[in-house]
Amino acid sequence: MIRIDSVTKRYPDGTVAVDRLSLEIPDRSITVLVGPSGCGKTTTLRMINRMVEPSEGTILIDGVDSRQQPVNTLRRSMGYVIQNAGLFQHRTILDNIATVPRMLGWGKEKSRARARELMERVGLDGTLAKRYPYQLSGGQQQRVGVARALAADPPVLLMDEPFSAVDPVVRKGLQDELLRIQDELGKTIVFVTHDIDEAVKLGTTVAVLRTGGKLAQFAPPAELLSRPADDFVEDFLGADRGIRRLSFFPAAGLELLTTPVVAVDATAERIAEAGAADTPYLLVTDADGRPLGWSEPRDLTAGAITADRLLPYGRPFVAGTDSLRSALDCAVLSPTGWAVAVDASGRATGVVSQQVIAEAIRGAHARIGADAARDADTEPDDGKARKVAP
Amino acid sequence: MSELFDLPSDLQNSYLGLVGLHLREALIPVLVGLLVALPVAQLCVRVRWLYAPVLWVTTVLYAIPSLAFFVILIDYTGLSELTVMIPLAVYSLVVLVPAIVDGVRSVPQETLAAATAMGFGPVRRYVQVQLPIAAPAIIAGLRVASVSSVSLVSVGMLIGNEGALGNLLNSGLTYNQPRLIWLSVVGTAVLALLVDAALIGLRVLLTPWMPRATRRNKVRALTVKEAVR
Repeated sequence: MIRIDSVTKRYPDGTVAVDRLSLEIPDRSITVLVGPSGCGKTTTLRMINRMVEPSEGTILIDGVDSRQQPVNTLRRSMGYVIQNAGLFQHRTILDNIATVPRMLGWGKEKSRARARELMERVGLDGTLAKRYPYQLSGGQQQRVGVARALAADPPVLLMDEPFSAVDPVVRKGLQDELLRIQDELGKTIVFVTHDIDEAVKLGTTVAVLRTGGKLAQFAPPAELLSRPADDFVEDFLGADRGIRRLSFFPAAGLELLTTPVVAVDATAERIAEAGAADTPYLLVTDADGRPLGWSEPRDLTAGAITADRLLPYGRPFVAGTDSLRSALDCAVLSPTGWAVAVDASGRATGVVSQQVIAEAIRGAHARIGADAARDADTEPDDGKARKVAP
Repeated sequence: MSELFDLPSDLQNSYLGLVGLHLREALIPVLVGLLVALPVAQLCVRVRWLYAPVLWVTTVLYAIPSLAFFVILIDYTGLSELTVMIPLAVYSLVVLVPAIVDGVRSVPQETLAAATAMGFGPVRRYVQVQLPIAAPAIIAGLRVASVSSVSLVSVGMLIGNEGALGNLLNSGLTYNQPRLIWLSVVGTAVLALLVDAALIGLRVLLTPWMPRATRRNKVRALTVKEAVR
């Protein structure tokens, strides 16, 4: 565990970058430091591997003061990923990744074999091994940066705004990749970003820092969104935190209606039965069960249903894995106000109305409220909010 | 053909001999200049305020006429090659110091931060990261310094036959022989071009990691050829 104990960083000109900050960074999870520019998040990160020395306070790594070992030994035990990757432009991709193993005295062959293994792990094609950084895209370079940081299998990974210089699509890919790698490797990751969405998506726990290097709140993302500590945090979270919070509630509990779902080749009896379900619209699927569109019951005639006369359904949500945010989004997108649920293979498993989703949201709030009341009596919660795909 | 390169006996050298001498007198000073410039430039990178005064000093030194240098140096080093080479080495600093400083400073901040974070000490970082990345800029400086040095060696003739191809020019003027003058002038120019070409070759060899315009041109030339076909 990394323990930051009332650390202050004061520069000679009197600027206080970090002000009596105390944080306990749990092992094998992602801790995100987030805040506006000038909040000292990068300084805090750099104090962990002593690229910046604290003016006051101590940083303990597994209970030992970080100043007790030689600084370069400390740094080699922590992977570091930086914005724009910071690759060595004069070395091949393979040699970039093999840098730390080589410094630690692994042989050339062993280091390169390890580098190849890591290229695969971070999703880089092996044919890139002999290329130079300028021949790679920004996203690929950042993957090399992550591979390089992981090369010597350090227990700790420090990441300083690693994904902020790439476009949103690539960024999302890199974020998903990081979560996947973290699932496999279970590193202790400290991740700095100014992007609250990134913090909420990646963080097991999120530390919100305010300008002047003070800790505003340290909590799991779900708690951050539901109970911001003060106006600053609330403001920083942005206007739609209520909607974003729904990412943390699974859609799995939604009660889906299956009666209003009819196949394109349905019989007259089946259509009549579906119409009796008393929903304003019926969902028509193809013969395989994939959604085609909505129709009013009276417009459907057995044997004469054509896809081009149906209302579009927007997009479906995956009932098992998506969140209430996804389900609500689908319902809002759908012109009928009903969301279509599908299984992993894309077959419709049922439909659900905005009203039912709204009830589910109220139910989730009630549960959170009860938890909060209980937490207030006992210990603060253990920060194990389950995250669902947004 | 051999008569073309026949030289008066007072030069005490063959044409090729003079070319060799010329190269030596031109390039050893640049090499020495590089060895001096490297630590000076590193100092300028580390202690920022030093750079301006250092540049100022090298510029003033460059402004001293070689003749004045010779007059001072003759007391110490006599009428020797060394007297020619010392000013040339000093002159090369005016190009090499800024070339190295700019080259080292051009290394991106995040590359340096990444190196530090991976546990590179200052020396290792300088040798393994900053110098290699500065190589193209340093070689560009070497090209200018070498070419100018090749042309400057000729003034060595003023201190008693230490000007290599410059001596030939002097002989040509003395004996009123245009052939010798041509041999000297064209020889010096060709030498400068060859040295420059060799340094370009060195850069290509040392920096396979650089995005190269020439490579793209080659590709374009190929496509044009194929289009013609």
